[in-house]
Amino acid sequence: MATPPSYPFSPPERLDLDPRYARLRREEPLVRVRLPYGEPVWLATRHADVRTVLGDARFSRAVAAGRDEPRNTERRQDNGILGMDPPEHTRLRRLVAKAFTARRVEQLRGQTRATAHELVDGLLAAGPPADLVAHVATPLPIRVICDLLGVPVTDQDKFHTWSEAIVSTTSLSGEQVQRYLDNLFGYMTGLIEQRRREPADDLLTAMVQARDADADRLTEDEVIQLAAGLLAAGHETTVTQIPNFVYVLLTAEQGWARLCADPGLVPSAVEELMRYVPLGATAGFARYALEDVELGGVLVRAGEPVLVSIASANRDETVFTEPDTLDLARAVNPHLGFGHGAHHCVGAQLARMELQVVLETLLERTPGLRLAVPESELTWKSGLLVRGLTALPVSW
Amino acid sequence: MGENGWRVRVDGSLCIGAGICASTAPSHFALDDGLSQPLAERIQPDEAVRDAADSCPMEAITVFDVVTGVQVAPEP
Repeated sequence: MATPPSYPFSPPERLDLDPRYARLRREEPLVRVRLPYGEPVWLATRHADVRTVLGDARFSRAVAAGRDEPRNTERRQDNGILGMDPPEHTRLRRLVAKAFTARRVEQLRGQTRATAHELVDGLLAAGPPADLVAHVATPLPIRVICDLLGVPVTDQDKFHTWSEAIVSTTSLSGEQVQRYLDNLFGYMTGLIEQRRREPADDLLTAMVQARDADADRLTEDEVIQLAAGLLAAGHETTVTQIPNFVYVLLTAEQGWARLCADPGLVPSAVEELMRYVPLGATAGFARYALEDVELGGVLVRAGEPVLVSIASANRDETVFTEPDTLDLARAVNPHLGFGHGAHHCVGAQLARMELQVVLETLLERTPGLRLAVPESELTWKSGLLVRGLTALPVSW
Repeated sequence: MGENGWRVRVDGSLCIGAGICASTAPSHFALDDGLSQPLAERIQPDEAVRDAADSCPMEAITVFDVVTGVQVAPEP
């Protein structure tokens, strides 16, 4: 049998999607691939199959711990809650899920709007031109997650640096990743001890109290790892998506101008951009079949791992009309940008709200927003699980 | 099943089809055309259902005690 092709098929190029996905969805929806490390793996590219792999209890994350899991880094990372299945997974998820419901997130909208305006004030004072990444996209999600968790925003330079460890593939060495994670966990351990002595009205305190009320159910390490994960994952992704969204809007036809003409489209525009932007630079967190499962015309055998391409699923022509077109008013949009199933992004409602608020604020304050440099001069991050801009110089 | 047990409801106008419930409690929820449906409205108490209701980001799932009428989940 021939060696499976390496994955990703090509290095990430801006936010372009490799044309091979369209062919695979048509002709070979389940294909064998190899990540840089670990055993060969199936890759699912169709929307229906991706949803099955992510949502069907016949596929397990927990099994990966005992296997040579397909991965992007040589060293293996403890995935914490992302390495668990229900009901073990749910025991931890429940601890934080209620802080991220749509209802609770709505209560944060006013404060988030005020923060966005304050940050845009800073952007306006610094330019034009000025960098949207440094002035708005990075500080906004950091402030929101800090307020929610109860982490001092004044420590952001420290933990923002350490957080790269959770999205790094080759940008950091194995030793750096370990050191950053140790720093992040050590930092969170200190904060949690402090909250135990002086409770406050925040999620960290709620987590500490849940742990102390039922120490048999939760270990201290689990609480620390979960809190550190929320802090890191809670801002890395949104920090990256804000510039990606603005970049697409400023460079696509029917983008920024259309949104300016009809700001009421912001909620559907955020969903469409979640669908359209291929945030992931590669794939990870393979699911292992617990029994034989028929998928995409192939029999996946019990014990075999499957990866998914969310970006490909989000362009599935059998689900989305004109999938390669950005349609900010798209009415039916069951995109998988926040994942699916047990591990569906716990911060999805928070991210949605932040993305809506940022776009609304920029539309109101800088309707003439445009790139301040030619598109070809924009620089993109590399060596990360996510695609994103290092800076986004804008004028208005 | 008798007169005791739980009553499970999914508010289809709130459900976003995230699929958390169907993964957490596969014997009680399934996605139909992208949205969650309880497989049975009347069930015997099962922690997996309470977990699913407490994990729903839209609070679209509600669970009531049939006898007392008290809401079992989600937690307020």
